[in-house]
Amino acid sequence: MMAYIVRRLLYAIPILIGVNLLTFVLFFVVNSPDDMARMHLGVKRVTDAAIQQWKHERGYDKPLVWNEQAEGAGHLTDTIFFDKSLRLFAFDFGQSDSGRNIGHDISQRMWPSLAIAVPVMLVGLLVNISFSLLLAFFRGTYLDFWGVVLCVAMMSISGLFYIIGGQVLLGKLLNLFPISGYDTGPHAWKFLVLPVVIGVVSAIGAGSRWYRTLFLEEINKDFVRSARAKGLSEQRVLFVHVLRNALIPILTGVVVILPSLFMGSLLLESFFGVPGLGSYTIDAINRQDFAIVRAMVFLGAVLYILGLLLTDISYTIADPRVRLE
Amino acid sequence: MGDKLPESRILFKTYRPNIRWWICCLALLASGCGAPPWNNPYPRDEVSRAVFFSSFSERPKFLDPARSYSSNEWAFISQVYEPPLQYHFLKRPYQLVPLTAAAMPEVIHYDAAGRRLPADADPARVASSEYRIRIRPGIRYQPHPAFARAPDGGYRYWPLSEGDLAGRYTLDDFPERDSRELSAADYVYQIKRLAVPANHSPIAGLMSEHIEGFAEFAKLVQARQKQDRAAGRLWTDLRPLRMRGVKTLDRYTYSIRIRGVYPQFIYWLAMNFFAPMPWEAERFYAQPGMAERNITLNWYPVGTGPFMLTENNPNLRMVLSRNPNFHGEAYPSEGTEAQRRAGLLDDAGRPMPFIDKAVYSLEKEAIPRWNKFLQGYYDSSGIASDSFDQAIQIGANGEASLTPEMREKGILLDTAVETSVFYLGFNMRDPVVGGRPGDPQDQARARKLRQAISIAVDWEEFISIFNNGRGQAAQGPLPPGIFGYRAGRQGLNPVVYRWRDGRPERRTLAEAKRLLAEAGYPDGIDPATGNALILYYDTAQSGPGSKSLLQWYVNQFKKLGIQLVVRTTDYNRFQEKMLKGTEQIFSWGWNADYPDPENFLFLLYGPNGKVEHHGENAANYHNAEFDALFDRMKNMPNGPRRQAVIDRMVDIVRRDAPWLFGYFPKGFSLHHAWYHNALPHLMANNTLKYKRIDGRLRAQKQKEWNQPVLWPAWVLLALLVLTAVPAVRDYRARERSRAR
Repeated sequence: MMAYIVRRLLYAIPILIGVNLLTFVLFFVVNSPDDMARMHLGVKRVTDAAIQQWKHERGYDKPLVWNEQAEGAGHLTDTIFFDKSLRLFAFDFGQSDSGRNIGHDISQRMWPSLAIAVPVMLVGLLVNISFSLLLAFFRGTYLDFWGVVLCVAMMSISGLFYIIGGQVLLGKLLNLFPISGYDTGPHAWKFLVLPVVIGVVSAIGAGSRWYRTLFLEEINKDFVRSARAKGLSEQRVLFVHVLRNALIPILTGVVVILPSLFMGSLLLESFFGVPGLGSYTIDAINRQDFAIVRAMVFLGAVLYILGLLLTDISYTIADPRVRLE
Repeated sequence: MGDKLPESRILFKTYRPNIRWWICCLALLASGCGAPPWNNPYPRDEVSRAVFFSSFSERPKFLDPARSYSSNEWAFISQVYEPPLQYHFLKRPYQLVPLTAAAMPEVIHYDAAGRRLPADADPARVASSEYRIRIRPGIRYQPHPAFARAPDGGYRYWPLSEGDLAGRYTLDDFPERDSRELSAADYVYQIKRLAVPANHSPIAGLMSEHIEGFAEFAKLVQARQKQDRAAGRLWTDLRPLRMRGVKTLDRYTYSIRIRGVYPQFIYWLAMNFFAPMPWEAERFYAQPGMAERNITLNWYPVGTGPFMLTENNPNLRMVLSRNPNFHGEAYPSEGTEAQRRAGLLDDAGRPMPFIDKAVYSLEKEAIPRWNKFLQGYYDSSGIASDSFDQAIQIGANGEASLTPEMREKGILLDTAVETSVFYLGFNMRDPVVGGRPGDPQDQARARKLRQAISIAVDWEEFISIFNNGRGQAAQGPLPPGIFGYRAGRQGLNPVVYRWRDGRPERRTLAEAKRLLAEAGYPDGIDPATGNALILYYDTAQSGPGSKSLLQWYVNQFKKLGIQLVVRTTDYNRFQEKMLKGTEQIFSWGWNADYPDPENFLFLLYGPNGKVEHHGENAANYHNAEFDALFDRMKNMPNGPRRQAVIDRMVDIVRRDAPWLFGYFPKGFSLHHAWYHNALPHLMANNTLKYKRIDGRLRAQKQKEWNQPVLWPAWVLLALLVLTAVPAVRDYRARERSRAR
């Protein structure tokens, strides 16, 4: 298995170079270094000298990917792309174009994102699996029918509606939770309840329908019939046998997102004023801060690759027949 | 052991402790909630105290006074930094008064030979003007680690090695603090900082045109910084470096010498750019490892003002707390009778600030911000378009008032026409709308075309549709509140309006069409093509939100038979077009830096053209008479002579119509009854010290408005139970049934 993991990690290198190159090209197709300088320096009374100085200080006065003036390897190395990309592979994100330490910002902002994303994922998983098992248990009855109708209805509602509706209903009309905000320490929970509840509820429709399909597929297999024939209760059949055998597709969906949980949710964080990573990249794109955009895309790619690897490993745990070679 | 329990019994047996566990959890949760209101986002004890609660929607980028130039940044640093002058809080028109200065600056004029000239000397004879500013003694900085001393007399936190910084990530990680007295040298130091290229001060270019020796100093300091970097020093001490025009005369007096006369310079002395900077702070932040830890002057300001920034987490919250070393200032006693009646003089003579703390929370979205204001958790609020109808009702005569819902809550409304202008500009370098250069006949044609469009585009309709009536159609480039603005009939733009029944009335479409025909486009037909004249509007506004707005522009031009083609692009390309002058028609705006007509009329001054000079004259308008008048006007004191010159200048641009003058936005703001001294001030940013909060009333109202409503939760629970009963019955029936 170790050889497999090492091989997968080595595969990751060209992928990351490709992702980095693509980010670079896409960013600089839309924004030139002059645009970035103007955005950072403001719109009032910006002189050409100030723009040149800004570019020079940050190394944006070099050619993008090919330096005609340089010699030898300098053609490639004395460029913006090389300057800005190499350190990423050592996870040194450097400073943002506005002078902030990106690594420190990420380490600060990942915790609020996790504070919401982890409970949303865990509670959501619990609720969705329980609800879908119930639907599977009551399959073919009116409970199953209305449960599926409810799921379809919940799936059809926009995520934004859940957020605004939840804030208005629970925060404004019923006055139960703060409409928005965030805090640390003992008061943190009261700010987390509403976004977590909304995060969980908004995902019930899609999640439950997906898991219900998985369980129904398993429930008609021979091993389930054997279990019932042995006299096991339906409860045991579902929670032990069906659930365990449906784990592979569940793991595929869950484990792959585990590492990227801390990247946060843009909408939830924006509406609830949570200082997480969800809005970090979007803010950086709006501010044309290439250093942050590049770092976050790179990090996202690394985490995604890591998630896929973890998923593969988790298969071996869930199903002893799976071998990584 | 006894018989095995049936599965169903196991289910319910394991269920019972779970229910008890949940009840315990709920009880704990309820005890954690404490007394209502439960939705209060702040610590309970702060609500009844003199704490101001507000929000911000955009993260401030720069808090360094040399660099910061946005209103969202000045909202914070203006409470911390103190330039020598400030605006009087109550007086209108806006008037400058001393802040840290002992008196208004003494202005001394000199001729080319260095001889002193009288104060009213002809500006043409004045070679330089010296501003002598004496500050009040005894003013001290806020407590800050940069001033902290070690027992041996050296600085506690200088020099620090990278190792000394281990585990330190915020300013709070430097627990020892001290202060020192403000001196004139600190003001001089800051002016030198403005010239340092690495500080990217947005006014460096402008100041290098005015302050003597400014540009040379920039070169000098750049060379010195290079040497220091080569020697491994991260900080360049500006104190020994001399800027010719700026001098420390004694501990409390300094002077700034500018070229010729520049009467508007005094307004700059009320801006944060000219606030003092202690050299110790700059040296403290320049130590190795500080920038990597985000401990910079851009993040942690150091000032003498009434407040200090004690929490800077712009992704969550910014907190300003009372500066224990504040020198003290009394609430102004002079005001109008109307202001007295409005309670704005209730605090006259009382020492400021009235509040202990100001908490600004990040609210990116308008809906939660508005709802929290209605719940009483923000003391004041603007009004987003979505909430306008809920808050404001427009009377039969167009006057705005609060809706009964707002009045019932005791909410109060303040309105003020802003000192800014939003306009639609013509690129005067474009041959179609600007006319061919050197061809007076063609220029006359283009002028008539612009005049016709000026009549056709109905800004009153624009304000009504897109601004909920929050604006005033502009008759010229000068907004109300700026010297030179004329109201009523005297201020009418005769090209676009006529005076009828005591108010301006837009000229008819027939008049616009007549002008268009005279311009050579009868019914909007371009004789060169035989089809409708095509004009191009360049904008960075795109997306579904802008569709109706852009269609409105198209419709306005269509009234004349002109086809307006909207060329949307991203903001970068739009800027590029403006810089290259490849646009034809565009919209733009300007926010006043200071209350002087020069700050608006320079937007049409030829030598300020965007393409040729990279200035702020985005229309690239050039009129020799206007330019000559501008040169005269900018140096004149306010008075009838200056007014006459301004009238003439405004007449010229009305006739030439390089802009469709658009409108002056009207700001609407709401505040609760417990928030006092809420007077809109369009020039001053340091107004937090005037605000007073009645915390007890706020706590009482918040409690009244936010009682938790629990019955829907019980209804929901009952519904769940009702749904569960048949399910449980079905489950048990299945368990008992025989295998099929």
